[in-house]
This record gives sequence, C-alpha cells and structure tokens, in this order.
Amino acid sequence: MTEQTSTPHTSTPNTSTPHTSTPRPSPRYDDLTQDQSPAFPLFQVGERTAMLECFRVLRPDGAVIAPDAALENSTGVSHADAKAMLRSMVRQRVIDERMLGLQRQGRIGFYGAATGQEAGTIAAGHGLQLRDWVHPALREGGIALHRGYPLKTYLAQIFGSADDTSTKGRQMPCHYGSKELNFVTLSSVMATQMPQAVGTAYAMALRHTAPDRPVTLGAIGDGATSEGDFHVALTFAGVMRPRGLGLPLILYVQNNQWAISTPIERQSAAASLALKAESYGLVGVRVDGNDALAVLRVVRAAAEHVRTGGIPVLIEAVTYRVGAHTTSDDPSRYRDEGLTKRWAGLDPIERLTHYLMAQGQLTADELAELKSACETELKQALIEAEQVPPVALRTLFEDVFAELPPHLQEQLAQAERAG
Amino acid sequence: MPSMNIIQAINDALFCAMRRDDKVVVLGEDVGKFGGVFRATVGLQEEFGDDRVIDTPLAEAGIIGTAIGMAMYGLKPVAEIQFSDFIFPAYDQIVNELAKARYRSAGEFPASMVIRTPFGGGIRGGHYHSQSPEAVFCHQAGLVVVAPSNPYDAKGLLLSAIERDDPVMVFEPKRIYRGPDHGTNWSAQKGGEVPEGWYTVPIGKAAIARELTGRGTPVTLITYGAMVYTCLKAAELVVNEGVDVELIDLRSLVPLDLDAIVASGRKTGRIVVANEAPRTCGFAGEIVAQVAEHCFDWLQAPVQRVTGWDTPFPYTLEAAYLPDAARVAEALRKTARFN
Ligand SMILES: Cc1ncc(C[n+]2csc(CCOP(=O)(O)OP(=O)(O)O)c2C)c(N)n1
Ligand SMILES: [Mg+2]
Repeated sequence: MTEQTSTPHTSTPNTSTPHTSTPRPSPRYDDLTQDQSPAFPLFQVGERTAMLECFRVLRPDGAVIAPDAALENSTGVSHADAKAMLRSMVRQRVIDERMLGLQRQGRIGFYGAATGQEAGTIAAGHGLQLRDWVHPALREGGIALHRGYPLKTYLAQIFGSADDTSTKGRQMPCHYGSKELNFVTLSSVMATQMPQAVGTAYAMALRHTAPDRPVTLGAIGDGATSEGDFHVALTFAGVMRPRGLGLPLILYVQNNQWAISTPIERQSAAASLALKAESYGLVGVRVDGNDALAVLRVVRAAAEHVRTGGIPVLIEAVTYRVGAHTTSDDPSRYRDEGLTKRWAGLDPIERLTHYLMAQGQLTADELAELKSACETELKQALIEAEQVPPVALRTLFEDVFAELPPHLQEQLAQAERAG
Repeated sequence: MPSMNIIQAINDALFCAMRRDDKVVVLGEDVGKFGGVFRATVGLQEEFGDDRVIDTPLAEAGIIGTAIGMAMYGLKPVAEIQFSDFIFPAYDQIVNELAKARYRSAGEFPASMVIRTPFGGGIRGGHYHSQSPEAVFCHQAGLVVVAPSNPYDAKGLLLSAIERDDPVMVFEPKRIYRGPDHGTNWSAQKGGEVPEGWYTVPIGKAAIARELTGRGTPVTLITYGAMVYTCLKAAELVVNEGVDVELIDLRSLVPLDLDAIVASGRKTGRIVVANEAPRTCGFAGEIVAQVAEHCFDWLQAPVQRVTGWDTPFPYTLEAAYLPDAARVAEALRKTARFN
C-alpha cells in the first residue's frame, strides 16, 4: 500500500504520524569514551546485552575497567599472550605503513592496510589454535603473519613475484593464503568465504570428535554482511548440526563502520550486527575491536565453546577504518575526517602498550626496539623481495585444472610464441 | 562541442536523463555521496537527492532485485555494478528474473532498466577487477547488451538504453575511461567530442572505426569496447605490409548489427575477430559463427579469433594475457597472406 492511500489500522490518530520520519536504531558506534563494559558473555543464544554492548577489558588509556582478582593478571590474559600480540600488532603497523609508502611511489600496485584494526586482526588470530582454519577477508593478512607466514612470502605476494607461493602472482596484492598455516587464500569477492567457512566447519565436525575439534573462523567486513552469502552462512550455521552438535564455527565481523564510502548505517538498520545472530539461532557477541585483550578473551572463549560442540558464534568486533579503504581511495571526499582523528586517538596499539607499561611488562625503550627491529627486518626483506623476478609465463596456464589440458597446452605455446 | 572522457560522458548522460524524467533513479554501491568509485555518478546526489541517487547496501542481488521491482512499478532504474566481476551475486536476478520478466508475464510486468558496469582488464586488477563477462549475458534471451568504445557512443548509447523499453546492460570499457591509451586523452580522438543535451546512438548499429584505404589486401577486423584501440594500433602495425583493415566497432552485441558484419565480410572475404574475454564461448565465437553462416561463399581465408586465454585473468602476467596489438597484427597478416 502506498503512503498516500494508506489509512491507519488503529483508531488513535497519533500512530499514523511516524510515517514522516521514523527514527531507527543504528549500529554506528559513536561512544568514544569506551570506559565501560558489560559482563563477559555467557555464549548463550539471545543474550541481549552481549549482542548490543561491547565487551572490553581496557579503557583507551590502557587501564583495566573491571579488574577481576579471580582472573590471571585481573584481566584474564597472560603477559606472554599480551606481549605476543603487541609484537605482531606493531609489526603489522610497520609493514602496512611501509606498503602504503611503496604504493605511493608506484613500486606496488595496490594495498589494503589494517591500520587501527590490528587488535581486531591479531587478537582474533591469537585466540585460535594453529590447527584452526581461517577464511579471511581483506583485513586479516596479519593473522597469517602472526601464524608464521614468512615476511618474504608476504612481500612476494604483494609484488606478484616468482616467490609468491600464495597465488603465483595471479591475484592482486593482499590476497595471502597458506595451506600449511590453515589460512585460506583470499578472494576479492565479498562474503563468499562465509558459507565456505560453514562448510569447512562441517567437514571438521565429521572428521573429528568433540570436544577436541579444530575450529573454523570466517572473517568478514561490516559492508559485506549485506551480501546474501553472509545471511546464507548464518542460516546454514544455525541449521547444520553434524552428530547432533553445533558446528565448530566462529563468524567474525570486523565492523570498521565503512565499506569504501558507505557508512554502517546504510548497511544495516539493526541496533548491532551481532544482534543478527539471534534470529538465525546463533550466539551473538559484540566486542571492542580496538581492545586486544577483549578480542582475545572473546575469540578464545568462543573457540572453546564451539570446539566442544556449542552453538556457533557470531562476533562483531567494533572498530574504525582510520585510513583509506585501499590505496585507490580518498575518504576526505565522503566522510568527516575529524571523527576519523578521534577514532585514531583510540589506537589499539597504544591501548595495549599503556597496559603493558602499567603492568611493568614493557618499557619505552623496549617498544622502540621492537619497532626498529620490525623496520630493519622489513627493510632487508624488501631489498631481497624487489630482486625476485616475476612469475614465469607458464604459471599463467598452470592450476586452471589439475593437469594442463590440450587446449591450454596449445594456448601456452601460442603465448610463448607471442612472447 | 565539449570534449569529454568516457566517465564525463556517462555522467553527463545521467544528468540529462535525470533532469528530463523524474522516474529515472540511480542506485548502486558508493554511487551517491562519493559519486562512484570511478566517479561516473559525481554530483547526481547533490542535484537530485538521496531518494533518487541511492547508496545501496553492499549487495548486488539487492541492487538488481530492487531495481527490477522499481522498474515493474514504472521507475527507470539505472543500476551500477561497481565492477562486472561482482555482478554474479545478482546473476540469478538478471538471468532468471530481469531477462524473462516481460516474457513470462505475457508482457504485463516488463522491467525495463539499465545496468551499467565497467568491464575488461589492463588496470592491474587481477582476477576480480578485470574480467569480461559480457558473453555470459548475451547468451540470455531478453537482455540487450551494449559496449561503447568512446565518449560520444558512451553517452548516446546510455541515453538509448534509458529510452528503451527493455533491460539493457551497458558494459563500460574501464581501461579507456580516461583516455584510449597511456598518455593520450580523449580530446584528440574520434568520439572524444560530446554534444551537450540529449542525443542517442542507436542500439543495434555498429560503427566503422577505420575505413579501407584501397591500398593492400582488405581485411575485416571486428571488435568492441577497449579492444577497438588495440585493433586500431594493430591496423597501423600492418599498414606498410600491404594489409588494409576495415575495423568494425560492434557497439551493440545484442541485438547485433549483422548487416554491417556481412557487408564487410563479403567485401573483404578475410575476417579477424577480437575480444578480450577468454576464447571458449567468447563473443568472438558468435561472430565467427555468423560469418560462417552468412559469408561462406565469399571467404578467402579461415576466420581468425584473437582473444584472452582460457585462464582466469592474472595480475602479474596481465600483459601476456591481454590480446595486444602484436597478437592482432599477427592474425591480420596471416589472414591477408592466406591463399
Ligand atoms: C561482491 C563484491 N561487490 C563489490 C566489491 C567491491 N568492494 C571491495 S571492498 C568493498 C567494501 C568492503 O567493505 P567491508 O565489507 O566493510 O570491508 P572493509 O573494506 O571495511 O574491511 C567493496 C564494495 C567486491 N569486492 N565484491
Ligand atoms: Mg568495513
């Protein structure tokens, strides 16, 4: 029924007025104070608070919000874990910044940085075991590095050189992958990895016995949650129960509040993205994506929960894309960069650094050393990476099929002649 | 006449159409406030508002599905799919719904609308920012498919598409959006001058992009989109080798200008067809079949195809994948020398 012809179905005249402009709940996360936290989620379906409010351990200044004497270090995270995450987060920041520089100089073709999302990336990876699989989106390359993906290979992928074992120079930069590290090669296409993650988890459930099962984490950005494939994944994740148990599956959304120029409130009118879990019969949890300790605790607990047969978990890590979408983008054209600056002030690396310093676990000198070690390592690796020749022509035709069929043998010969 | 690049010409066409008819709406990812990742919709939202220039959620099936519903009710949606590589989430909506809407409803619920989408490689876009999937849509009865190769045609064909009472897919040659070759811009080129206001380029009519000179063995070369410039270069490469090229720019793939193809084919008896897409089941194959059916008695050489390889579109080896002027020139020589 169109608006002009509609008559209110109720006798109270007031109810017809909201048509003019209806306020709606918005999943945009404008709370920049970030000094409160709900209780740690119970990982039950329908837990409203857990789906609507961000669990966090640290305030932006690194102070512990609700120290709990029952937990290790009152935070539930060991110093070894915190330091391991910090190392990878700093390393990722150093690499990202250098890559953006290389792109500006035209030395690489493209780059998608995870600046400001290092906690959402690294801590999620840290919460998993190595045998767990990751179906990543664009920003999760740091998980591969954290798992031991060699920097040399990382750079080779970006340069598309002969050392690129991830895609043999076939895909654009930032499309890492490693069978050995259970990190599935990224595709540029939004959301397609999510039903695949469900399938991988299903296969795990058939091949392993609870409670000791590997887990799959499917990662996605906020924008891509609008794609049908995301909703298909949630549906399947809820319904598929091999051996009568929940899938060993975490669906992990990094809500950085932008999809290129499109803000989160144009992607979803729900009060949060985590809230969507409920209607698919899944567990939903919202976490502060700039708080490495919180992300680690949530992902670790979710992994344990699904590993042992619990209902799959949809995690929304709320963060902010403080940089451009990719090197092809200029955000000042479409958003208030003042707000970006405020979010940049909620930096995840600083938060963790302040915490570790306050705990007596890190000094300014050690941090500076860490940074310079990362820079030195990168500098050396870059010198080597830039000397590697491009992939050989033959690789263009390989791997289309398991074996080179006659028509591709012929085309390879033609390509070699065209030279 | 102002000189424009292809992006500006498309943008100008959209302004013309939206000013003339308030039933025209534009929708897609990042098309509104940002003006599109290629800037083709810049300024539209400022003038026409965000109800008519819609930043959609990131969901191609949603973009096309909602556009179909709008079109059924009488709007004229012009949907943008950011890269034709990302059209496939909407494939079901396009193939099973849009293409058949008129037919299956006995003409009662047609959905005439436009889908604009950039296609083709040469921008270092790897697998998913480079593909040429046009043939896949030509294979679906009910879809009009066009592919302009210059600013003049881009605007004129888009306005024809908007006028037309059918679903029309406009495949835009993104490699040459801003100029037909590195270092050249559109102003120096044929088709770089774009009239102001409304004009149309007829759908279903090919253009002759290069005429025979009368010197050398005549060969018909047929292509469309960005490959027009590759083919023009190829024609120059062989001009001093006694090969005289008539280049047909198809502009419309469905419906096809068979008359233009047949007339040229019968005139030269030597035909080369080029497309950037993979070889197997590419649109060039359709042209070769048409030529076999309609020009057989006139042929003096086997028809040649120059295409992308039957591999996914690569990143590092992009140049080796793309059919370049040298490959087209080689096919021209072979065809001209055959006797
Ligand atoms: C199916 C599909 N449609 C469109 C695109 C183009 N595209 C690439 S990234 C992107 C935005 C992604 O936003 P989000 O999911 O929030 O991830 P973020 O980049 O913020 O990490 C779009 C529209 C694509 N890659 N795939
Ligand atoms: Mg995002």
